[in-house]
Amino acid sequence: MLTPFLFFPLNLFRTYAIRRIRDAFRENKNVKDPVEIQTLVNNAKRDLGMIRRQVHIGQLYSTDKLIIENQEKPKT
Amino acid sequence: MLVRTAWKRVAAALLAAQGPRPEAPTRSLRLRVAERAPQSAVPSDAAAAPAVESVLRPLYMDVQATTPLDPRVLDAMLPYLVNYYGNPHSRTHAYGWESEAAMERARQQVASLIGADPREIIFTSGATESNNIAIKELEAAIQPDTSLVSVMTVNNEIGVKQPIAEIGRICSSKKVYFHTDAAQAVGKIPLDVNDMKIDLMSISGHKIYGPKGVGAIYIRRRPRVRVEALQSGGGQERGMRSGTVPTPLVVGLGAACEVAQQEMEYDHRRISKLAEQLTQKIMKNLPDVVMNGDPEHHYPGCINLSFAYVEGESLLMALKDVALSSGSACTSASLEPSYVLRAIGTDEDLAHSSIRFGIGRFTTEEEVDYTAEKCIHHVKRLREMSPLWEMVQDGIDLKSIKWTQH
Repeated sequence: MLTPFLFFPLNLFRTYAIRRIRDAFRENKNVKDPVEIQTLVNNAKRDLGMIRRQVHIGQLYSTDKLIIENQEKPKT
Repeated sequence: MLVRTAWKRVAAALLAAQGPRPEAPTRSLRLRVAERAPQSAVPSDAAAAPAVESVLRPLYMDVQATTPLDPRVLDAMLPYLVNYYGNPHSRTHAYGWESEAAMERARQQVASLIGADPREIIFTSGATESNNIAIKELEAAIQPDTSLVSVMTVNNEIGVKQPIAEIGRICSSKKVYFHTDAAQAVGKIPLDVNDMKIDLMSISGHKIYGPKGVGAIYIRRRPRVRVEALQSGGGQERGMRSGTVPTPLVVGLGAACEVAQQEMEYDHRRISKLAEQLTQKIMKNLPDVVMNGDPEHHYPGCINLSFAYVEGESLLMALKDVALSSGSACTSASLEPSYVLRAIGTDEDLAHSSIRFGIGRFTTEEEVDYTAEKCIHHVKRLREMSPLWEMVQDGIDLKSIKWTQH
């Protein structure tokens, strides 16, 4: 579920989405009840659709990059 | 398995989309960053211009002024901006019915965030209108002396949380109406109108990652709180606020409230951690920094720091690649120091040198680190230039100096 987010052009949402999804998966990794698991998976599918749409819109209306996005590359 | 198939589909779609993409008109103010200092003073050497200028946007650390629209909120709003464009008050066709259903669903989402009944929520154009409706009610009240107590839940300049439950208890025991402007607090700290005995509450959309131009007012039904309408007309919103309810905006407000309810705990933990990081880093590397506001009853996302011997405006200008403010956006046009700081008894000189750092849902660790570093660097630089700082370093007590008039 993480991969579409790499395409979020706006740094804000990209970092948020990656972090939030990773944390949500970690929090829920001990859930055993199959009904709950199914609900979580359905929510995840719905969110996936939403994110793909929003990534598209973000790219249509993309603007300049943030200051720190430029700096990250030379340091790493 | 799900991930791989999804990825293949998305990657293919995006590769296709990346082809001929029309350039969206950019209206952003561009921050020019010259990579290298100009080597010659001759401007006519345009062809051999050394600087490879990249255009970059500043970091956003001013969430108390306004917040970016959460993608989940935009996703909820778009259908009502594109296809479902009916007037929610039209009773005779499907366009009206679907719009009305969306409006009522949004009302339910806002109500559940603050523990209210949906019938107690009236949509307005923002927290300012809600405040005006609540205060106007003063004239309609019958009580002899105090008829309304109005308190801000979380201050937008220094982030202090007022003891709302305490005040609510006192007000209800004395039969006085209690209004609170919760624009900065809704969705960030848990609020329950029944636990805290709140009679009237103002809610703002654009402070909780929702759209601008919409808000709500919570008006208690039991016991009934009477308010007078500010604008009269077709009697919408139970006659308390006439005018067509803007469905896309209220759907956005509802979605923002729902997202806030889900994310409140997670956001609060993260923001507290980042706030700790920012203040620790700045205070460890710089002497004479004062945090304004009670450190205990404090919402972590709003940090107001005063840097002694440095002027606030010049520090803001220096930190041009971070979007910050000193004091509230409402008063940023005037040059006076913040009335809030003056009210809590800050010295004039410290009040002039205060900067407000806002940390929100989308703020990253890198942004916080970068901001802290730049802040430390510029404060040191400005202090080097300050004669007051020199005097302090030499051990002179500034308060004992008698300044002469010229």
